[in-house]
Amino acid sequence: MRSAAREALVAPSIFPHEAGSMRALADFTIEPAQGGDGGVLRFSGPMVVSSLGLVDRRLRAVNEAISEIDVRDVERMDTVGAWIVWRLSQQLDAKIVNCRDEADRLIKAISETDENRENIRAPRLPLIQRVPDEVGKLVIAIAVGFLQVVGFLGQAISAMGTIVRHPRRFRGLALVHQMELVGVNALGIVGLMSFLVGVVIAQQGAVQLQQFGAEIYTINLVGRLTLRELGILMTAIMVAGRSGSAFSAQLGTMKLTEEVDAMRTIGVSPTEALVLPRILATMIMLPLLGLYSSVLGIIGGAFLGSVSLGIPFLTFLSRIQEVVPIHDVWVGLVKGPVFGLIVALAGCYQGMQVKTNAEEVGTRTTSAVVLAIFTVIVLDAFFAVFFTKIGWG
Amino acid sequence: MDHSEARLADMPEEFEGDYPIRVRGLVNRFDDHVIHEGLDLDVKRGEIIGVVGGSGTGKSVLMRSIIGLQIPAEGSIEVLGRSITDARDDEDIDIRSQWGILFQGGALFSTLTVAENVEVPLREFYPEISEELRHEIARYKVLLSGLPANATSKYPAELSGGMKKRAGLARALALDPELLFLDEPTAGLDPIGAAAFDNLIRGLQETLGLTVFLITHDLDTLYEICDRVAVLADRKVIAVGTIPELLALDHPWIQEYFNGPRGRAAKDAQDREAASVVQATQDAATSPMEQE
Repeated sequence: MRSAAREALVAPSIFPHEAGSMRALADFTIEPAQGGDGGVLRFSGPMVVSSLGLVDRRLRAVNEAISEIDVRDVERMDTVGAWIVWRLSQQLDAKIVNCRDEADRLIKAISETDENRENIRAPRLPLIQRVPDEVGKLVIAIAVGFLQVVGFLGQAISAMGTIVRHPRRFRGLALVHQMELVGVNALGIVGLMSFLVGVVIAQQGAVQLQQFGAEIYTINLVGRLTLRELGILMTAIMVAGRSGSAFSAQLGTMKLTEEVDAMRTIGVSPTEALVLPRILATMIMLPLLGLYSSVLGIIGGAFLGSVSLGIPFLTFLSRIQEVVPIHDVWVGLVKGPVFGLIVALAGCYQGMQVKTNAEEVGTRTTSAVVLAIFTVIVLDAFFAVFFTKIGWG
Repeated sequence: MDHSEARLADMPEEFEGDYPIRVRGLVNRFDDHVIHEGLDLDVKRGEIIGVVGGSGTGKSVLMRSIIGLQIPAEGSIEVLGRSITDARDDEDIDIRSQWGILFQGGALFSTLTVAENVEVPLREFYPEISEELRHEIARYKVLLSGLPANATSKYPAELSGGMKKRAGLARALALDPELLFLDEPTAGLDPIGAAAFDNLIRGLQETLGLTVFLITHDLDTLYEICDRVAVLADRKVIAVGTIPELLALDHPWIQEYFNGPRGRAAKDAQDREAASVVQATQDAATSPMEQE
């Protein structure tokens, strides 16, 4: 598992803690062998974690025959020092001599941990196996994910059925609260965005249409485009970014803190209490927000028309009524609940899938938003073809 | 040598005083809610001090104040001779390499394996340590904290609650600190696991000469391993001492705490153990005579 949070902690520090005056370092000398015995390796200075980093590199290069490790001149020792002395004595088959009581105790404690030298790294396959392995896992995950989304939708629908049979279990307050979060609180940003997009469409459209002397068709362009396509599409994207991500992060965190499990044990169905209000709220609010967005888009177009095209504001609005067929409004409104379902479903599904850690909440939230926006755009294309075919062109 | 010696960070000199933790006149409040008011506490070098108190008396807040996570409203705190309360930002607290902290839930980094968790402080403070040595250190620390060797490559999500605590302890011990802070180390462990954890802490404390600041509700832990106990009540430390000393005091909360059914059970358990030790030594002393 490679991830940013992980890299932040295991990557070497570019700016290690500020360098200052020297700290005392451990050192060692080697007395060469005399007669039949091996040499003596003599440590000096403090043997603690802060003093051993450099000397350890040199110790690993020692290849003389050593029969005794002398620690008489060691001022202080901690477990890292004890570990190094112990490791060296095992590796060189040498005896530890002149050891003080406390150091002896440490070395004994360390030696007890040194029974099995298993690899502490997580096992990792070689690259040539890892790539197909990962690809295979990904393909299976996509297929399983698709089935699970369908299953999740089924759960939500069956929970809906339960609610219809037992209306008292319906969480009205939660629904209203979610409607406020998804819809009412989004009014400002959706309105501003739509107004500006309306201005841009009118301005760019007018520039092109002027070449045919057909600026008056700017009104048709703005009216039909915002009501049919842009209003609902941009709103769905905005709601996916605002609320779909929030659903995923909320539910994911609740999963991590076992709140969802606690709920289940109390007899509250998480699908009924958490998922359903969010899905319903989004399905109700998205068409409304979409219509609101279209209206603001038209107002933006009318504003530009009155400022730079010489079409009076109210004339622009009344022309809209004449040139935009009523089925354009229905096209926009029909798509609303469908897009709402997709956005909320993606957010809730991804949130409920969180199992392991904080990082997963982040990646799940990202895929909830990406998946929602992608599906919304693909479906929008299908809708465009469909409505043209049935004569609502 | 690829690491120039100038890269080595300056280390604060070894602490020589008798009281590694000194708290004077500590005041902590959240809005209008006063947690501590004029709290004083001295922790002696090389002791295990247990901190007890009812829920909400601010045991964890006290620990967070001492380690600089909570900025107190008033008062002064000295740790290893350095003032924590005068530190203006995190960089000023340069004794972090000399303390280790075990948080209640372990607070392991969830994206790293147990061994990598232990290596984080080593990387941070001693970049000159080679990767090889760092792995070796992580491995023996994990084993020292009582986990099996195969736990080193596991992620925190794969560990049980007790194993998380041990892994957290291994990380707290990563830098061979002088001071160890433990927030309810035995809470949530089964009695056998809790007793083993107590022994582990006592053993490590004796071998490494640690000073341990231990928050607990576990009366067995208090009787078994604490040298002294500090009692938090009425926004202060109302008493510090050994358990017999505390029992001699006439404070209703202390009496209820230690003489309640659980307190008596813990005391009985310790008495039995002491008696069996005495019995065993007597047996050992008398048996050779009988043989003769």
